Amino acid sequence: MEETIKKENWFKQKWAQFKDWKQRTSIKIDHWSRKKPLRRKLYLNRTLYLMMLPYVILFTLFTVVPVVMSFCLSFTYFNMLEAPSWVGFKNYLTLFLDDEIFITAIKNTLIIAVVCGPLGYLMSFVMAWLINELPGKLRTIMTLVFYAPSLSGNAITIWTLIFSSDMYGYANSFLMSWGFISQPITWLTNAKYILPIVIVVQLWMSLGVNFLALIAGLKGVDKTLYEAAAVDGIKNRWQELWYITLPQLKPQLMFSAVIQISSALGVGAITTSLAGFPSVSYAGHTIVNHLTDYGTLRFEMGYASAIATILFAASILLNKLIQKIIRKLGD
Amino acid sequence: MAKKSKEEIELKKKKEKLDRNERKSQRIDSRPFAEISELKVRMRSKKKKRINRSLRGDIALFVFLALFGILSILPLVLTVSNAFKPLDEIFLYPPRFFVKNPTLDNFSDLANALGSSMVPFSRYFFNTILVTIVGTFGHIIIASMCAYPLAKYKVPGGGLIFGLVVYSLMFPSSVTAIPNYMVLNWLGLIDSYWSLILPAFAYSMGLFLMKQFMEQIPTSLIEAAKIDGAGEFKIYWTIVMPLVKPAWVTLIILLFQSLWANSGATTIYREDYKMVSYALSQIATAGAARQGTLAAVSLIMIVIPIAVFIISQSQVMETMAHSGMK
Repeated sequence: MEETIKKENWFKQKWAQFKDWKQRTSIKIDHWSRKKPLRRKLYLNRTLYLMMLPYVILFTLFTVVPVVMSFCLSFTYFNMLEAPSWVGFKNYLTLFLDDEIFITAIKNTLIIAVVCGPLGYLMSFVMAWLINELPGKLRTIMTLVFYAPSLSGNAITIWTLIFSSDMYGYANSFLMSWGFISQPITWLTNAKYILPIVIVVQLWMSLGVNFLALIAGLKGVDKTLYEAAAVDGIKNRWQELWYITLPQLKPQLMFSAVIQISSALGVGAITTSLAGFPSVSYAGHTIVNHLTDYGTLRFEMGYASAIATILFAASILLNKLIQKIIRKLGD
Repeated sequence: MAKKSKEEIELKKKKEKLDRNERKSQRIDSRPFAEISELKVRMRSKKKKRINRSLRGDIALFVFLALFGILSILPLVLTVSNAFKPLDEIFLYPPRFFVKNPTLDNFSDLANALGSSMVPFSRYFFNTILVTIVGTFGHIIIASMCAYPLAKYKVPGGGLIFGLVVYSLMFPSSVTAIPNYMVLNWLGLIDSYWSLILPAFAYSMGLFLMKQFMEQIPTSLIEAAKIDGAGEFKIYWTIVMPLVKPAWVTLIILLFQSLWANSGATTIYREDYKMVSYALSQIATAGAARQGTLAAVSLIMIVIPIAVFIISQSQVMETMAHSGMK
């Protein structure tokens, strides 16, 4: 009995001490913060910083640190077992001078990006623009129709069935029944067809978040602008598009371009699930495939980091370029 | 007598009708301008709808739209119809697009195949659902907690954080995949649910959309709450969070979609911790005999994200309206 009371008293005492300490230190910190304006700002906003802390820590851990890390590791040889050893620019030199597969990967990625980037972007915009003209319920349905492919990430399996190499495949049987071909085409094991198929599937899935953003943006354009423009002499929907819709939609176009570029350069999972890994004579091999090859199969982390750094630099540069172009739109 | 009364009644009715008409005409006469202006309004509204639109153009565009719509939805329709095809119809030559004798065999096959595997299939589903729910809701809370100060206050360093987030949208996520693995390894989280959940918390698109959406909350509302004595956290939880409901519904969609399809193959090795989409890919490699089962699993994997999107579609669109970049 006595013991518990003692314990309780001890606890109370400690608590009082703690409170006292807290008050004193907070006064101290308050005084300390008054010495410089920036410090004061930080102190006054401490709750806000506390709120931001969890996300900032996680974001740093999983995005900032990895980018910096892959930049640093790209100058080393690292196999996860021994400590990384410095090799300078050797990884980059090997990549561009000795690694033929990497050159193929760059070529494939560029082809995919050049076709899927602008075409996918244009498609999202045109579809969003047309859908915007539809009446309410129909608009919702059509939005779903176009957005559904990118919602269903696992639907790629159906494409392997469509482009199946035997005559049971839908593409083959369709072409054969119409007399275009007499022998079934081995779509996904023929180096000639892999890349086009990857592009088709990527385009099919490219109406994603960017598409939703564009539809929402178009919906938000002020209707009175169009009436005013009609009074001012705009005659058809093309002029309307060029002089009003595009400039009004610039922020969404920017966002959409960013998403489009990063998805077009990030193609990799599609090729693996369609054509296998590695694809026949590396016909569908992209930079991302090369990266996963060295990073997760061969464990040459330094080399993989060099690939990642190149991909990173390329996407940032491309984004900056495109953003400059979009900013000039309609001016 | 009866006849006469009938005639009388008819007369009376006629008279009433006349009266009514007269009254009507009088009413019209009493406000001639109203009628005309009403007509004008109707004409104008008809015209308004048709500003700068030609019928021929409309038809052409809608045909174009319908064509692309069919192309877009066709593979998904095929997935659905395949899931209900009996095995002999899947391997029919020439392949038929729509199912003729729909059956649920594929689904019962799936149940059998999974019942006999080492880990019960419900376990895979449990894993995916657990990771999806924890990852999604954790992200919403953490990201909105960070987005609120970024959107409504000018804290030193806030611009830098948001700038970094915008930059992180610009490159494909595979850039960070390998160092991510190292970080997870260093934290000791490999082979646990956290290896999928924690990176999902740091999803940058979520923060971006949330911040853009929060910017349109009136500052006066927050100031009023502050005058009433609410702390920052209370304002965030009781005022800001209910107002940004469309934004968190959108984040639910985006995260749900990516986590639902995440196979976790690179970070999870224990069989009973694996995800549904991993099990799906395992079934896919089992070959021709499992084609029907595969179709059934594909259907299940597709239907759930689409259903979630249909439910929340209007709120998603509201958020996306604020997604613009400068």
